[in-house]
Amino acid sequence: MAQETEKETLDLKEVTIRFAGDSGDGMQLTGSQFSDTTALMGNDLGTLPDYPAEIRAPAGTLYGVSGFQLHFSSNDIHTPGDTPDVLVAMNPAALKKNLPDLKRDGIIILNTDSFDAKNLKLAGYDKNPLEDETALEGYKVYPVPITTLTSTALKDSGLSIKDINRCKNFFALGLMYWLFNRPMDATLTWLNSKFKNKPAILSANEIALKTGYYFGDTTEIFENRYSVEPAKLKKGIYRNISGNEATALGLVTASVKSGLPLFLGSYPITPATDILQFLASYKNFGVKTFQAEDEIAGITSAIGAAFAGSLAVTTTSGPGVALKTEAIGLAVMTELPLVIVNVQRGGPSTGLPTKTEQADLLQAVYGRNGEAPIPVLAASTPSDCFYMAIEAARIAVKYMTPVMLLTDGYIGNGSEPWRIPHENEIPEIPVKFATDPQGFAPYSRDENLSRPWVKPGTPGLEHRIGGLEKANITGNVNYDPSNHDAMVKLRDQKIKNVVNDIPDLSIQGDQEGELLVLGWGGTYGAIKEAVDKAVSKGYKVSQAHLKYLHPMPKNTKDVLNKFKKVLIPEINLGQLAKIVRSEFLIDALQFNLVRGLPFRSSDIENKIVEILGGKNGK
Amino acid sequence: MANNIDVPQVKLTAKDFSSGQDVRWCPGCGDYSILAQVQRSLPEINVPKEKIVWISGIGCSSRFTYYMNTYGFHTIHGRATAIATGVKIANPDLSVWVATGDGDLMSIGGNHFIHTCRKNIDLKILLFNNEIYGLTKGQYSPTSAKGIVTKTSPYGSVDYPFNPASLALGAGASFVARTADAEPKHMQEVIKRAAEHKGTAFVEILQNCVIFNDGVFDPITGKENRAEKMLMLKHGEPMLFGKDNKKGIKLDGFKPVVIDLNDSKNSINDVWVHDEKDASHARAFILAHLEEDPTLPSPFGVIRQELKPTYDEGVDRQIAHITEKKGAGKLEKLLFGANTWEVN
Repeated sequence: MAQETEKETLDLKEVTIRFAGDSGDGMQLTGSQFSDTTALMGNDLGTLPDYPAEIRAPAGTLYGVSGFQLHFSSNDIHTPGDTPDVLVAMNPAALKKNLPDLKRDGIIILNTDSFDAKNLKLAGYDKNPLEDETALEGYKVYPVPITTLTSTALKDSGLSIKDINRCKNFFALGLMYWLFNRPMDATLTWLNSKFKNKPAILSANEIALKTGYYFGDTTEIFENRYSVEPAKLKKGIYRNISGNEATALGLVTASVKSGLPLFLGSYPITPATDILQFLASYKNFGVKTFQAEDEIAGITSAIGAAFAGSLAVTTTSGPGVALKTEAIGLAVMTELPLVIVNVQRGGPSTGLPTKTEQADLLQAVYGRNGEAPIPVLAASTPSDCFYMAIEAARIAVKYMTPVMLLTDGYIGNGSEPWRIPHENEIPEIPVKFATDPQGFAPYSRDENLSRPWVKPGTPGLEHRIGGLEKANITGNVNYDPSNHDAMVKLRDQKIKNVVNDIPDLSIQGDQEGELLVLGWGGTYGAIKEAVDKAVSKGYKVSQAHLKYLHPMPKNTKDVLNKFKKVLIPEINLGQLAKIVRSEFLIDALQFNLVRGLPFRSSDIENKIVEILGGKNGK
Repeated sequence: MANNIDVPQVKLTAKDFSSGQDVRWCPGCGDYSILAQVQRSLPEINVPKEKIVWISGIGCSSRFTYYMNTYGFHTIHGRATAIATGVKIANPDLSVWVATGDGDLMSIGGNHFIHTCRKNIDLKILLFNNEIYGLTKGQYSPTSAKGIVTKTSPYGSVDYPFNPASLALGAGASFVARTADAEPKHMQEVIKRAAEHKGTAFVEILQNCVIFNDGVFDPITGKENRAEKMLMLKHGEPMLFGKDNKKGIKLDGFKPVVIDLNDSKNSINDVWVHDEKDASHARAFILAHLEEDPTLPSPFGVIRQELKPTYDEGVDRQIAHITEKKGAGKLEKLLFGANTWEVN
């Protein structure tokens, strides 16, 4: 579909684009369409949706600005990009808010129609930046009357002015497709399926998209267009996937691989709701989703389903975990398998619902009354959510324990190309239910210290469990001091045993040396990029990334001891650093930025350089 | 008879339902009667005991699960109905019962209770209502009478109480009944009716706490008062009470009044005939609130039964329908999704 053009096409290695506009302007849709098309072209990519908690914040305001950043490349990349090369600003507020992040000589595409007195005032501009010679100095500015061009193209559509105006994001998308040499096919196919019952809206959006595309070709304002070659990724079949969809797919896969029916008890909460929405659509996999009356019913219904013999899951974000805490303790005491997914967001309290953070680690590891240990896992990238969801389920049923899987708003909503595994490459998850009344005891133990799982309905195995302390073996209520001491230690040892069942911590780069950057969770990409860049500049630095936070891999201490210094960057005030110090007596260095945003790799790189100073081996 | 449950091969007895654990309620507690009536009723409902699950929350009532030789789960405060919901949805083949108290169900568990009723989840909920917190040693509960003096209301409680039957009706429970610990035969009948009902069956049992609220129901269930104060509802029969059943309830518009059948100007035909399945909710609410008028008795028996599909059936039916329409899910197809590209 790419048009013949007279204009010279420049090849770029990588580009970062940020789409920004009002929260009602459809920027998330524009960004995700551009991402999907770019993924289909074979580029590696990373995305960062960044939007306000308000659904339709007042138009034109700074706090109503919604953005979607996309980084794509002909190389292997790991982040959504530190500084955009291109900013598409649909109004003055979007320009004002995003300009400070843009590269010094970056491209700005502006919807000039929105730069009227009212919007300028809302954005806090005393002077129209389009008329102010100094305001946008150094940038390549392309003013385009997007609203006018869209409404002119749609004047015969029969749609209301409001509906016509809603198509302007597709004009902008079409223009960007032209500028970056992308085909329109995937978006046209999407429009056809999305609006198949609304032919007028379908046609209007198609026209807006194509008008934007051809405008790029015919207008005199663009001297070049750009292309980014496909990335040399590992051989295989790929799709673009977000962390939340990957989590949902991982849970269904765990259900198929274990032969256990999947039950999800959940209450809608940003940014975890997508997982409930995805799973609700997989009815033909026998998935039962229960949209509960509150967070507590979300987890307790799941505990009931676990007791009944299902693969039970609850999904939430930090405030929801706080509400579920008592119930997690019940699952610890009754030793029932349960997967708790926490898609972390900015806290405390309601905090920053749509922004990312990793400040729930201590809550996950320690945040319950009594000694209530549970395994805690963390996914490192959007596609890794798939594998870690399967891991969480595997460990839960093998060790008869609740398992917490930490993801975050960034990797949950962000997407990347995923090399899809075939079903037969994923191992089975063995599950055994007790059925023999001979010698049965509800709190007897296998070699891992796990107790038997019994489905109600099994004749002869009727028994009672509950939240009161249990006598070992019999499971009867027991208040005996020595029994309690033994049971507290037994539950702890059972979780420690998981260490025998997880992979060692691997070191990327030199296997020993000056500095190790240790991370966990969604910061993987930013750390990887920072370490790679520092290494390419001659610094002696390596990376290790924890995906198993409790218990940690058994070689963790050895790995840390191979380096003179350990730097732990976290989007919190040093929670992993605190655990590392208390577990290993290693005085790790911290790097903490808690901005509700993923790390910029340059921030971490600067920290590495600061620590290593002159010791860069040059 | 619950029609989705297998019939056992051997006739069970009350003893089969005893777990053999020492029962640790206070001597004279009304809970003993409830345990006995449940153990006597369950052999009659023709469900094998391995398919019966008792779920409870926290409180004296909630120790019930430990004494039943079925599957049982003593959970956390207020959450019994939510946990039972998960059990029932996961395996609709089970007969799932909840033993709970007025604090557990109506206070900390109030939200789960109303939503269980609203969704018509096929659970049998027995509320042991003693109008007091017993296990924490005597604080007023959400069903305690206004003015009650307890440890946390030394000058009298200023709270208005819930009317449990009315709350259940308002939340959409499809079966609402009342009985009392002092009425063993009646309780057995009500328990069996609840067992047969498909949908949320709510049974309020007036239960005496001998330690912290002793005799609170005597004005209704006491031997000297029961004839005048207990209205035993029977479907299709006129609402009669009093010595020799010579008093009747007449509906004067929406206002229930007592008529004396010894008076020749009143006829049995004037008496309100109980209809459990009345299409209108209004009369069920009138019954639930009957005793608010001190001249009227308190209703016992099945106040309302509505037959409608249950939540758990709906979930299974939808899965079957979508599976038939789309075919059983194929993991490989799901993983590969719609938009893929190949790298060679």
